[in-house]
Amino acid sequence: MTAAPEHTPTMVRRTVSELIVPFTPLCMVIFLICAGYLAIGIPSSWMTLTLSGLAMGMMYFIMSTGLTLVFGLMDVINFGHGAFVSLGAFVGVTVLLQLGAFSESPVLWQNIAAVLLSICAAMAVCAAVGWGFERLIVRPVYGSHLNQILVTMGGLIVAEQLIIVFWGPEEIYFSRPEMLKGSTEILGATVEKFRVLVVSLGLAVFALMRWVLRRTKIGLIVRAGVEDREMVMALGYRLRLVFVGVFVAGSALAGFGGAVWGMYQEVITAHMGNQALILIFIVVIIGGLGSVEGCFIGALLVGLMQNYVAFLAPKFALLSNIGLMVAILMWRPMGMIPVVKAK
Amino acid sequence: MQSEPILELDGVYTDIGQYHILRGVDLHVPRSTVTMLLGRNGVGKTTTLRSIIGHWRAREGFIRYDGMDITRMPTAEIARAGIGYVPEQMGVFADLTVEENMRLAAVSGPINSARLDWIFSVFPALKTFWFAPAGNLSGGQKQMLSIARAMIEERKLYLIDEPTKGLAPAIVSTMARALADLKRQGAAIFLVEQNFAVAKALGDFADVMDDGHVIWSGAMSRLSESDELQQKLMGLSLAGN
Repeated sequence: MTAAPEHTPTMVRRTVSELIVPFTPLCMVIFLICAGYLAIGIPSSWMTLTLSGLAMGMMYFIMSTGLTLVFGLMDVINFGHGAFVSLGAFVGVTVLLQLGAFSESPVLWQNIAAVLLSICAAMAVCAAVGWGFERLIVRPVYGSHLNQILVTMGGLIVAEQLIIVFWGPEEIYFSRPEMLKGSTEILGATVEKFRVLVVSLGLAVFALMRWVLRRTKIGLIVRAGVEDREMVMALGYRLRLVFVGVFVAGSALAGFGGAVWGMYQEVITAHMGNQALILIFIVVIIGGLGSVEGCFIGALLVGLMQNYVAFLAPKFALLSNIGLMVAILMWRPMGMIPVVKAK
Repeated sequence: MQSEPILELDGVYTDIGQYHILRGVDLHVPRSTVTMLLGRNGVGKTTTLRSIIGHWRAREGFIRYDGMDITRMPTAEIARAGIGYVPEQMGVFADLTVEENMRLAAVSGPINSARLDWIFSVFPALKTFWFAPAGNLSGGQKQMLSIARAMIEERKLYLIDEPTKGLAPAIVSTMARALADLKRQGAAIFLVEQNFAVAKALGDFADVMDDGHVIWSGAMSRLSESDELQQKLMGLSLAGN
């Protein structure tokens, strides 16, 4: 037998189109922003709509990113995800109201501290409930999509009713922290202060998730597990523990998103998570199952599209995201950045 | 203890859905040897490896590794006990780079640089494409990565499913050299292989399967020297290979 030849590969110079293709999803966001500018025509209105659309997108991203990982890694369709959004909103707002001295203070850092503490409380409670939800409701139905849909939908209904038991059936109205009320001017556009905070938080979550997934061993295990669970186990990793960890993290992120969403709307109801669930699924499907980057870009597209269409043709606002999803799925049937391969 | 086989299967039955695939497999793999698992397609060779690593559970029988009963043990614990597994489909994580694939395979900590140097000496292509996505590798390079991943930490036993399938002869010889290196280091290798030249060159012992159970066990040299035995056991002559 002869030895294999030395490998000295020569690389073909890539064309401009080949260099652009990996960035196509990101280019779509830029394209949508440019198209919005041309359609709206008024720079200050366009800027306001764009910044608020990005803020909405960040909220959708925070709420959706846990679901895409749960689906990608665990192959679990979790309709109960909406319950964690509602629960996060209720816990977050309850804590915010308890921190009246901080949230009513005219000092910005105290207001931000109140918001962050509320978010932390929402995440902690949702993480704990998520752990119980995985053990009691999801674990018995691993591998069966139909049963997953039925039991997690049931879990969502039960969770909503439990929220009503603890917090009552009425909507809860409240005010944002003092210094986060009203708007500020950025580049000639009027932008709500709270949305600026939301964009910062969303970018921080995205950067942290990318760092965890790209730079840490646990991130490697999760990314590999999304591709081929059996092989990850054959390498010696107890994927069951990783499943639980991802589910808990996904629930905590849903709680994070719910708390921010509740503070943004200044009113919370037990059904708000259920109502957001359709948009969350649209974001996950557009982005490509299991992809955090896809989820991020999908959320931005949904947020921007919703804002632009609501301004230009309010009657079509509700249809805009469905239309966006149909268009993207016709172009890329597995979503923009698919990670989960056919299993 | 050292004279005990590293792996023993005792009356193993495995079903996949409604099909009975393994019907009482009995075999053993001696320490520090290469044992070939041979047989026609569809006789249960891959199922045997998957039952050992725990991907499919044996309905009946016992699987013992290094004196431990691993029949019902979770896959991760079987692997951590010192078994490296290279599946037929290679199991390479296409979206991860070669470096990430290797880092992931180093379960107990950072990659041992001396061991990595040895792997690079066996598979130089992996060094060249270290930061490339594994999905961009050729079939042969993916197979090299799959085996290198199993080799990155010291194991007592390697389960390898058809590593030379569809590969060019030069790559096959590289694979054979890597497996011979592993054997020299004292590891046992349980190898499913259709390439009889490789099987003859590497194998110390052979088990031949048919219809879900082992129909012949013995020295590889005995099998390779007897056309009649090959004809009787596998229904074809391998003498031409």
